Amino acid sequence: MEFMLSEEQRMLQESLTRFLASACPLDRVRKVADAEESMAEDVHRGLAELGIPGILIPEDFGGVGMGFLEAALVSEALGGAVAPVPYTATSVMVPVALMAAGSDHQKQEWLTKIASGKTRVAVGVTEQLGRRESAGINASNGRLSGSAMFVLEGMEADVFLTADSTGALHMVAGDAEGLERTKLKTIDRTRSVIELSLDQTPAEVLPGSVSNREPLLCTIDAGRLMLAADTLGAAQTMLDQAVAYAKERRQFNRPIGSFQAVKHMCAEMAAELEPCRSLVWYAAHSVRSMPEEARLMICHAKAHLSEVGQFVARTSTEVHGGMGFTDLLGLHYWFKRIGFNRQVLGGPELIREEAARVQGLVS
Amino acid sequence: MDLAYSVEHEAYRDEVRSFLAKNKNKSPGLGFRDGTAANDWQQLLIEHGYAARTIPKEYGGAGLEADILKSHILAEEFAHAKVRPGHSGDNRIVPVLLELGTEEQKERFIRPTVRGEMSWCQGYSEPGSGSDLASLQTKAHVDGDDFVINGQKIWTSGAKTAHMMFCLVRTEPDAPKHQGISYLLIPMGTPGMEVRPLRQMTGDSQFNEVFFTDCRVPTTEIVGNRGEGWYVANATLKHERGGLGDPNQAAGRFNDILDLMKNETVDGRRLMDIPSYRDRAMALQARIFAMKFNGMRVLSHNIKNEEPGLSRWIVKLQGCELNHQTASLAIDVMGELGILYDGSPHIRDQGMWQHRYMMDLGLIIGGGTAQIQKNIIGERALGLPKEPKFDKPI
Ligand SMILES: Cc1cc2nc3c(=O)[nH]c(=O)nc-3n(C[C@H](O)[C@H](O)[C@H](O)COP(=O)(O)OP(=O)(O)OC[C@H]3O[C@@H](n4cnc5c(N)ncnc54)[C@H](O)[C@@H]3O)c2cc1C
Repeated sequence: MEFMLSEEQRMLQESLTRFLASACPLDRVRKVADAEESMAEDVHRGLAELGIPGILIPEDFGGVGMGFLEAALVSEALGGAVAPVPYTATSVMVPVALMAAGSDHQKQEWLTKIASGKTRVAVGVTEQLGRRESAGINASNGRLSGSAMFVLEGMEADVFLTADSTGALHMVAGDAEGLERTKLKTIDRTRSVIELSLDQTPAEVLPGSVSNREPLLCTIDAGRLMLAADTLGAAQTMLDQAVAYAKERRQFNRPIGSFQAVKHMCAEMAAELEPCRSLVWYAAHSVRSMPEEARLMICHAKAHLSEVGQFVARTSTEVHGGMGFTDLLGLHYWFKRIGFNRQVLGGPELIREEAARVQGLVS
Repeated sequence: MDLAYSVEHEAYRDEVRSFLAKNKNKSPGLGFRDGTAANDWQQLLIEHGYAARTIPKEYGGAGLEADILKSHILAEEFAHAKVRPGHSGDNRIVPVLLELGTEEQKERFIRPTVRGEMSWCQGYSEPGSGSDLASLQTKAHVDGDDFVINGQKIWTSGAKTAHMMFCLVRTEPDAPKHQGISYLLIPMGTPGMEVRPLRQMTGDSQFNEVFFTDCRVPTTEIVGNRGEGWYVANATLKHERGGLGDPNQAAGRFNDILDLMKNETVDGRRLMDIPSYRDRAMALQARIFAMKFNGMRVLSHNIKNEEPGLSRWIVKLQGCELNHQTASLAIDVMGELGILYDGSPHIRDQGMWQHRYMMDLGLIIGGGTAQIQKNIIGERALGLPKEPKFDKPI
């Protein structure tokens, strides 16, 4: 029995953190955000050199064939650095979908491209969880029509993975006829989200997902796990920043961290956040090792991290006083990233309901 | 990350299971641990190495090598079978005696304590000294071969039934506050000692006031040297804190709530079918899992003899809070039924949830309050600066 990270996993964490610290400091994030770019190309390229886009993809298809715990550690590091790069959709959700439901030919074609980092695939499955307005996609005769909202990593994508109204998954080329993308502006400028409109657009169905919702659900699980891990990383950075600030900022001739009101805010953040790490690890580990527990644990991880993330985000901001509210410090990038993660792929209430259903508690 | 147990540990688990299957009927039931039936059970467990595992044989223990995982497996299996587990005597005093007691003290106290024949109470808190324990005022001076004790203790749990008290008293009035304290062992019922029960909010009277008037104990009944009591006591506080907030306890209680919500109805609807209750239950379940896995992490570090850091510092604060929230949820989903108490008609689970709701609040306060825990997390785990001190001399 050993519930801790292996040496290799710690090394992965360290090398990523080191890379992001040098390649993706806050200044770099700001440039993307201010220019309203969809991503930091150079950071993405650097991550591709480390093999990150193929983290889950088997070596046979050009990936590095690691597990969900490693994928979650990557997500945590990206959240920690508020890195403006595609990951959750293209490096995790899409490979999961392809491996679960793609034909041999599709796997061969797409997984290798994704692993290289050269092809980026966005994911539009929001309508399967909660349809807003009249969004939704219908399939007939190999063509798709309709719209998908909140398509993750959509601006920079070359290809889209989307679900039709039955839950079957389709791959759609980014330059296919009848496809239009409309950028949606969210609070979080480190992520790109679009509305995808399709009009008789040719698409390629993933055969294993026809009349079988499981591949869709696994894809969503994988995405939720990554968002939970992203929040873990982002919240940890906010806590670290609050603690550092509380040691250094002085008022009334003493460091503000010596005031109990401030010290206790920090202690509460730490006490809430630390167990989240174990929850994310366990959920990630369960995907392959204890698949019967995985969906429940992922639901709990996503919902609970949303709550704790929100608490840490507001509390850390408060510890910083007026400085926390400014753009100067940039703390708000983390605040917004956490806010984004909370809503996407299901907010906490919705997911808790699912956690109850997974356990057969809802009659 | 490997949640599987080794062959050796799996075999151990099987062995414990078959022992439990065979001997379960001899177990005297959960609840208080005194009485001969409980002591016979404890003796049987020690013989099999299932209680007092690491206490040396010469002092009545099983004398086995420490194996954190085996202890963990034991706790899990006994909890699972709902059989009363064995104990190591008293996890506050026995480790202290083993570490710092004289040979004579070990001989005299550890064996009966481990067998369950001798029980202890902790005489630390005083009316004027709670969180600021080191300011304590109960005094002892040496007269001939005795310490002569005067003063008062309060909140002394179990003082009415205990055989012995381990107690902090000020023996060096001129020394700085942490260096003037000594750690004494006092037989209950010693002349000059008076115990007055205090009624708690639960209606029970587990804790007491203890008054000392020229109460005499031989000077040999000290653990450590004069003036070292604070450091001796901190060894025990460490052991006590480790025990409060056990995440598996909250997990077990949560399962009882799920059963309650599946079976209890309002307007003919199962409580589980009321969305807002269900939502709270799920939110709590996530917290409980998080703490349970946090516990696995602490355990894994302990096995490897590595410092678990923050994950350990938060256990008392978060674990006790979770227990309290668990009881609170049970009461809320029961609504008016949740306020029934004291054997009332229609009562559920003998009013256990209200009792726990109050008891768990007591444990949020006892053993270092939640606020003190936050100071500790802030200062020791996060390295935040201490507050300026306004200590006045004792
Ligand atoms: C169920 C129960 C069993 C107990 N059993 C025993 C026992 O067997 N033996 C024994 O010796 N004692 C026992 N105690 C006493 C317990 O250890 C004390 O109650 C506890 O340490 C708090 O001390 P106090 O009650 O004097 O509260 P105080 O220290 O007066 O605290 C009052 C309030 O002030 C806050 N406070 C105090 N100092 C600080 C600070 N520095 N920073 C922030 N906030 C602060 C506290 O958090 C609390 O909210 C027991 C208590 C309970 C509730």
